[in-house]
Amino acid sequence: MPTPSEGMGNAGDPLSPPVPRRRFVEVLLGSGFLATAVAFLYPVLRYLVPPKASDLGSDAVVAGHVGELKPNSGKIFRFGNRPGLLVRTASGEYRAMSAICTHLSCTVQYRDDLREVWCACHNGKYDLNGRNISGPPPRPLEAFEVQVQGDAIFVRRRLEG
Amino acid sequence: MSPLRTLRTWLDQRFGWDDLLAPLRKKTVPLHNLSYWYFLGGITLFLFVIQVLTGILLLLYYRPGASEAFESVQYIMTQVKFGWLVRSIHSWSANLMIFTAFAHMFSVLFLKAYRKPRELTWVSGVILLFLVMGFGFSGYLLPWNTLAFFATKVGTEITAQVPMIGKPMMIFLRGGEEVTGATLTRFFGFHVAVLPGLATLLILVHVLLVQRLGISIPPKLEAQWIANPSAKREMKFFPNFTLRELMAWYVALGVLGALAAIFPWNLGVKADPFAPAPAGIKPEWYFLFMFQTLKLIPPKVWFIDGEVLGVLAFGLVGLLWLLLPFFESDQLSRTKPWITGLAVFALAYVAGMSVYGYLAK
Amino acid sequence: MAILRNKVRSVSATPRVGLVGLVALAACLSYGQTPNSCLDCHSALPDPLGVSQDKFSQDIHAQKGLTCVSCHGGDPTSDDPDKAMSRKAGWKGKIDRKQIPQLCGSCHSDPAYIRQFNPSLRTDQLDQYRTSVHGKRLAAGDTKVAVCTDCHSVHDLRAPSDPRSTVNPVNVANTCARCHSDAGYMKGYSIPTNQFAKYSTSVHHEALAVRGDLSAPTCSTCHGNHGAVPPGIDKIQNVCSNCHAFQAQMYEKSSHKKAFDAASLPGCVVCHSNHGIVYPTDAYLGTGPEAVCMRCHTPGDTCDQARAALQSGLSRLDDAIKGADQVLGVAESSGMEVSEARLGQDQARDSLTKARVTIHSFRTDLVDHDIQAGMKVAAKDLQAGKEAMVERDRRRVGLGISLIAIGVALAGLWLYVRKIET
Repeated sequence: MPTPSEGMGNAGDPLSPPVPRRRFVEVLLGSGFLATAVAFLYPVLRYLVPPKASDLGSDAVVAGHVGELKPNSGKIFRFGNRPGLLVRTASGEYRAMSAICTHLSCTVQYRDDLREVWCACHNGKYDLNGRNISGPPPRPLEAFEVQVQGDAIFVRRRLEG
Repeated sequence: MSPLRTLRTWLDQRFGWDDLLAPLRKKTVPLHNLSYWYFLGGITLFLFVIQVLTGILLLLYYRPGASEAFESVQYIMTQVKFGWLVRSIHSWSANLMIFTAFAHMFSVLFLKAYRKPRELTWVSGVILLFLVMGFGFSGYLLPWNTLAFFATKVGTEITAQVPMIGKPMMIFLRGGEEVTGATLTRFFGFHVAVLPGLATLLILVHVLLVQRLGISIPPKLEAQWIANPSAKREMKFFPNFTLRELMAWYVALGVLGALAAIFPWNLGVKADPFAPAPAGIKPEWYFLFMFQTLKLIPPKVWFIDGEVLGVLAFGLVGLLWLLLPFFESDQLSRTKPWITGLAVFALAYVAGMSVYGYLAK
Repeated sequence: MAILRNKVRSVSATPRVGLVGLVALAACLSYGQTPNSCLDCHSALPDPLGVSQDKFSQDIHAQKGLTCVSCHGGDPTSDDPDKAMSRKAGWKGKIDRKQIPQLCGSCHSDPAYIRQFNPSLRTDQLDQYRTSVHGKRLAAGDTKVAVCTDCHSVHDLRAPSDPRSTVNPVNVANTCARCHSDAGYMKGYSIPTNQFAKYSTSVHHEALAVRGDLSAPTCSTCHGNHGAVPPGIDKIQNVCSNCHAFQAQMYEKSSHKKAFDAASLPGCVVCHSNHGIVYPTDAYLGTGPEAVCMRCHTPGDTCDQARAALQSGLSRLDDAIKGADQVLGVAESSGMEVSEARLGQDQARDSLTKARVTIHSFRTDLVDHDIQAGMKVAAKDLQAGKEAMVERDRRRVGLGISLIAIGVALAGLWLYVRKIET
């Protein structure tokens, strides 16, 4: 007769507790604890690792990288929840301003032939400082500060001086 | 000896805690058909621990300051892995904790567990309730969104109604005359340093008292069991009650996770101090009963300004609530039923006014 | 002169206004220090002879140092009406309407004189006026037409930049409407009187008078101010093109320009009307009550087919944008972060705006180009929204797994408790 082992019931003795039953409860409890511990720790550990996109707050963003823009060209970038315009002038320096036209809020663009910022909706024009120089726009575009640090082009809101 | 036992002996030889913990092994919990209410205190404690843990995690990314707070919370919600989960759990657990704290207080009131010698447990508990509401008020502002900004404005304005000391109190709370970035910094300091420090201290006192004095038995039952000791039914605190509490805590954890995943906490719109207040600003639900009361008081009662009267009345009620146990006689035969009546009225008032305030425009 | 003296006498004779005369006299005698005796009396007189000090102080001429005598002549130092208002002193009395332009022009057309006050002020107003309908009719003897004072007001004349001026851009339409909307006044002239009513319904009026956008046109923007003449039928798009440059450029090269010119139709006005220009909708390209194409074109011909293609292109893009917006909205309310895609939607909407401008070329290939650009962006945003929903579902699966784990733990605890208590 085989000796009672882990996997078999102790059929001959009704008074002693069934072995698999006790094991089952302990296994269930242990796996429950383990599973909940993992379900708790996994998100916490992932959380502790800082994300790749660093948080610069609402005042500054990385608008682009050096070499991305040819001289006398521009690109739209995201500044907070609004579009911004980054321009690299013909002489190589960077300018940045809000890309929302002050007339009826269309998105402006850089015109390399005019070397000006232009709005396609009603032919409004701004100079490279954001000042409205022609057409219906009533106010200049908000100008931003540009700083190149290493490879990244940082654009931040102008602080009142 | 099993490894666990070896470790325990080793630690006991250095901490000497077997003697200290011995009474704990003998502690019992009375069993009756209202015993389930005994879980509430533990759940509130559990939720507080969750708040501390998620709060510490949030501290790793949150930036206090009017120009960064909203964006940092947005960053946590959108960029940080599981940041949405941590933040939503923190917000939901805050609300749940305030609810269970109130429920715990009312159950203690109805089960008359505040009687001698447990008066100080009650006092420390009521102060803890005030602290918890302070946690809620200060934490609500931290994401710096429109709703929070104006709710804080309205709430702190009400404190200014207290005669003489009201205005200085308001300036102290706001860090100035108006709600500004200075208010945010100050509330942050309250929320992560001052209040946690005070709360931890009081929780230790409160829990210590509960352990030392044992779990209270409702008066009628107590009388019965004194007359007939064999009818007494109780359960060992450790491990039986503790295991059951653990089950309740697991359920609370599950509820929190579900709420966070299915109803993530709203981010709102960044606060603009110069924009006009949106119509129908209301405080969070746990302040609604007071807010609604103030709205219902007529502008002038006799010669006293209505709002001042309301604020003073609540102050007085709070003070009396704190000292409630001292109004009750300690003799079992003379427990005044009027406190039960007051408790029923208070519960009905708080619940009714909260619902009214929620539904009112 | 004697007539006026008699009038004054008869006025002061009646007991009722005797008091007024007395007051006037008192004012004249007591106020003797200022060299402007005109205002001393006339400020106390009732209309139409009354000009109050208050009113005149608002006048830009008064502020520049000119006085009553600058236009009316006379002697301002004398309190005696006979001496003050004597022909010998150059008194002109009430200026005859036909003389008003000449009078104003005597200064305002003199560059050397005006240069002393404001070197950048124009001095060609009188010349322009003479070319206008008003000027020509006045020369022919019609005194009902507008002269300088009708539009610019008199005695409280303000600079056009002053928002209270009758010729400030926001007020111009009201000033013109004083005559041009008065059907009774305009009887006998062969022009309609509904222009102001129609203009009040227009987008231009809404922009100018309601939103305060001074770049929006009013009557004088299209008709001219001093040289006011309705633009000729073949010149209309030149006027509109001053602001709506791209639509005009497209129209210029389009088949419609040739056709409209040949049929002597007024360009832009054919579809957009002249005064009651409302916000154009895609329904203009449709077949319903607002359809403009179908007013001329026959259903079923090639033009009608092109029209249908244009309309369907626009509605396709509009639907794509709305569809992406909807998915993004659901994702947002489930707590997902989709602000990048929301920004992209702005670009898609810009493409739709561009497409609606390109319609004026009436070329399906050009319009299609803009539509495709917009569709690409909208598709990308829709994708982002769908991915956000997938992420949301992933979260719910994660929740489910952790709930199962909790369930297992609960079951284990429950059984363990039962075990140790039996």
